[in-house]
Amino acid sequence: MTWKYLQAIRSAARLTATLFLCFLSFSLSAFPQNSPGTKAEFLVTHDAIGQRGGRLVLSLRDEPKTLNPIIASDGPSGEVIRVMQADLIHINRSSQLTEPALAKSCKVSKDGLEYSIELRRGLQFSDGHPLDADDVLFTFRVYLDEAIHAPQRDLLIVGGKPIEVRKVDEYHLVFRLAKPYGVGDRLFDGLVILPRHILEKPYSEGKLPQFWSLSTSPGEWAGLGPFRLKQYVAGERIVLERNPYYWKTDAKGMRLPYLDEIVFLFVASADAQVLRFQSGETDVITRLSAENFSVLSRQARGYAMTDAGAGFEYNFLFFNLNETSAKTSPDAARRQTWFRDVRFRQAISTAIDRQAIVRLVYQGRGAALWGPVTPGNKRWANTEIKHLPRSLDRARELLRQAGFSWKNGAGSEQILVDQNGNPVEFSIMTNSSNANRTKMVTLISDDLKQLGIKAQVVLLEFRSVLDRVTQTKEYDACVLGLGSPDADPNVDINVWLSSGASHFWNPSQTHPATAWEAEIDKLMEQQLVAKSFEERKKSYDRVQQILDENQPYIFLAAPDILVGAKNSIGNFQPAVLEPYALWNVESLFLRNYSEAAGR
Amino acid sequence: MKRSLHKTAVWLIFLAFLHVIVLAAGFVAPYDPVQQDRDRPYAPPMAIHCVDRGGKIHLRPFAYVQRVKEGFFDQYEEDRATQIPLKFFVKGAPYRLLGIIPGKLHLFGTESGSINLFGTDGYGRDLFSRILHGAQVSLFAGLLAASISLFLGVLMGGASGYFGGWTDSIVMRFAELCLVLPWLYLLFGVRAFLPLLVSPMQAFLIVVIMIGALGWARPARLVRGVALSAKERDFVRAARGFGASHFYILRRHILPQTRSIILTQAAILIPQYILAEVTLSFLGLGIPEPAPSWGNLLSSLQQYSVLSSYWWMYLPALAMVPFFFGYLALSSSLQEEPRAAKIGL
Repeated sequence: MTWKYLQAIRSAARLTATLFLCFLSFSLSAFPQNSPGTKAEFLVTHDAIGQRGGRLVLSLRDEPKTLNPIIASDGPSGEVIRVMQADLIHINRSSQLTEPALAKSCKVSKDGLEYSIELRRGLQFSDGHPLDADDVLFTFRVYLDEAIHAPQRDLLIVGGKPIEVRKVDEYHLVFRLAKPYGVGDRLFDGLVILPRHILEKPYSEGKLPQFWSLSTSPGEWAGLGPFRLKQYVAGERIVLERNPYYWKTDAKGMRLPYLDEIVFLFVASADAQVLRFQSGETDVITRLSAENFSVLSRQARGYAMTDAGAGFEYNFLFFNLNETSAKTSPDAARRQTWFRDVRFRQAISTAIDRQAIVRLVYQGRGAALWGPVTPGNKRWANTEIKHLPRSLDRARELLRQAGFSWKNGAGSEQILVDQNGNPVEFSIMTNSSNANRTKMVTLISDDLKQLGIKAQVVLLEFRSVLDRVTQTKEYDACVLGLGSPDADPNVDINVWLSSGASHFWNPSQTHPATAWEAEIDKLMEQQLVAKSFEERKKSYDRVQQILDENQPYIFLAAPDILVGAKNSIGNFQPAVLEPYALWNVESLFLRNYSEAAGR
Repeated sequence: MKRSLHKTAVWLIFLAFLHVIVLAAGFVAPYDPVQQDRDRPYAPPMAIHCVDRGGKIHLRPFAYVQRVKEGFFDQYEEDRATQIPLKFFVKGAPYRLLGIIPGKLHLFGTESGSINLFGTDGYGRDLFSRILHGAQVSLFAGLLAASISLFLGVLMGGASGYFGGWTDSIVMRFAELCLVLPWLYLLFGVRAFLPLLVSPMQAFLIVVIMIGALGWARPARLVRGVALSAKERDFVRAARGFGASHFYILRRHILPQTRSIILTQAAILIPQYILAEVTLSFLGLGIPEPAPSWGNLLSSLQQYSVLSSYWWMYLPALAMVPFFFGYLALSSSLQEEPRAAKIGL
């Protein structure tokens, strides 16, 4: 009888054990797992080692309009989205070269038509869901969908045809282009990978553009960036918290980001932002004007101001070279005959005091420009182009060659007159809301007065200026500025192509109006499909030379990127490409942060 | 009566003195208002000394050269080694008094270097000279606009009060419309329609005419009141009985009674219109660069950096104070004058 009792106990134990093992295996398989044997392949950064904890507060000049990457077109939305999402290949804002991000590697085929991407294994979205090639496939399907009209679609049309994406296996994809693309893997920067598990349903229902507005609940959102959505308070701030599944670690293996939270406050005016930074309410300030920078530098307590060097914004003066104005008014047509003479433009260019512009408009924190490539661009400048200093004598000589002469005017001044004796007078317009450009126009007007030219300063509202330049073409000269978002010359292709909308002196042409514009068109097409950097540089160098010879844009100056940050922020390395302060947000940390002190 | 007339005279003389200085701006100001000195932007006001570093007293006042501090853009310090003596009646930049009389003599100035009593602006232009020349523009704008308003007001108000009936109703409804219109936005709209190549003089005239033309309603209503009461007077009835024409009665009997109203209104309206021009130029809609006017001298204060760093950019606002004070004191002393006008004298 004891033996039978023992047997019963043994079988019961065996039963329980098996039941327990079954239960265990079921419970384990209930959690989404990577296939057995894959270890997560994180990216290891090599910045200084920091410590966990703390909150970073910044101001945004405007409230973001959406958190949805396919409809975001304004600056503040882009700033917030960039911190919450990640792309396959990323441009390192400091070195201006590409680095693998979500993709472990990107191999280009010999003919330049295929890009093979290998994803890192073991990565997860901010809600824990794993990332695989299906997400990438879904993302590009959304970007290329014509019905959605995503702004990213234009970036993915190469050689007139959209890119084709093909999944090879769970972690491999191939992108096929119609023509070789000079820009190369830089094209992937900014194309953030969307979560299929959240967005596929609204996409199939056609509701994707309405998804992910600012009032999205954190549960309905997922991304691969260092921070994820925590809270949005309308009209006040948006709060992001650390993404516990972020795929980067520091050199010691600690998972990034260091910071617990990022808070974006909505502060409308630049001056109000300066006040908040000065009082310590915000920790970082970017997009500073030179005057505000010196105001802050004067009383730097607890924070340090940094001049990161010349940025990518270039300001220029251009003349109306459209054909349409000739019909509207004979006065305007007469003025245009002066503008069309390249010697006139060269004379104006030589007469402008660029150093004074840098000194008086940017308080010395800027660089004088003779071409579109600013000193902030590390690789693309044509160093052969001469930067001639200002010379009124040379300007007068050029004007004399072009058939202009001087006659005595009222008082003791000399007035410049053309071949028919008409005094040279025209207006230079710019937008009244930009104080820097207003100052530039006043300085240029004074410079030209010394040549005997009467250049009237005209300030208009920005929309009126754009309207006159792109639609009605009723203006004489204008001062505007453009800011390249990347070092690659291709981002400005609409400026140099004669058919481009930003080709301001004569926009959206059906065919090039002059021989040199036709040559620029050809060169820009060449660099678009060239396979090596050297070939592209040769084409773009020649474009810069043509611009220098013909001066359609008389380049003026580029401002430096001016930022400030509290001394307690570690790994703060401002770059001259956007986002100036947050490009390495995952590596930012707070020195001397302790749980007890809190924030 | 004597005392209030005495007061009016005092304020008139005070205002006349200020206006003479402004009219002679070319002479009183040491420099040309549009001349830039790109090496000295935002230089602070220079102090005039009579005693130098060593304790020696100089009969001729002088100032020290200002140099930019090393490494800074807009911080200056006095260079105690170099003196600039202040000379009186120097030959300087040419100017035209009242736009006609050319001259080269300036009340004070220097032979080398420059003395900026009120500092310089962002382009290195002397602020003292700009305030004086800008006063010409702003004051003239105020006077001209006030005259236009008063002229239109007397015309419309007199006609409306005298003729009564339909004329009165139409004119007064139209006056109410003009009172209600937001003048600032109307001016924005008009400015957008103007052709681009408008010279400072043309822009100035357009602005002045617009402000003046919009402001006729208030004086018109007051003049209408006087006309209404005046036309019931015995001597007016008598003149009508004698067969006088409407025009004769208006000119000879009614309008002279509005004299005190017009004078008081003038003294009130002129500062208002000066302020209107200053507001417009401050917003960038009035006199364009580089011509100075009090408004666009103050417009740089819209930037926080200028507001907090360069205190001398506020001085154009202070320059307005004596003028406004004079006009308003004049208007109140005019109002105190016993009602000699009301009894028909």
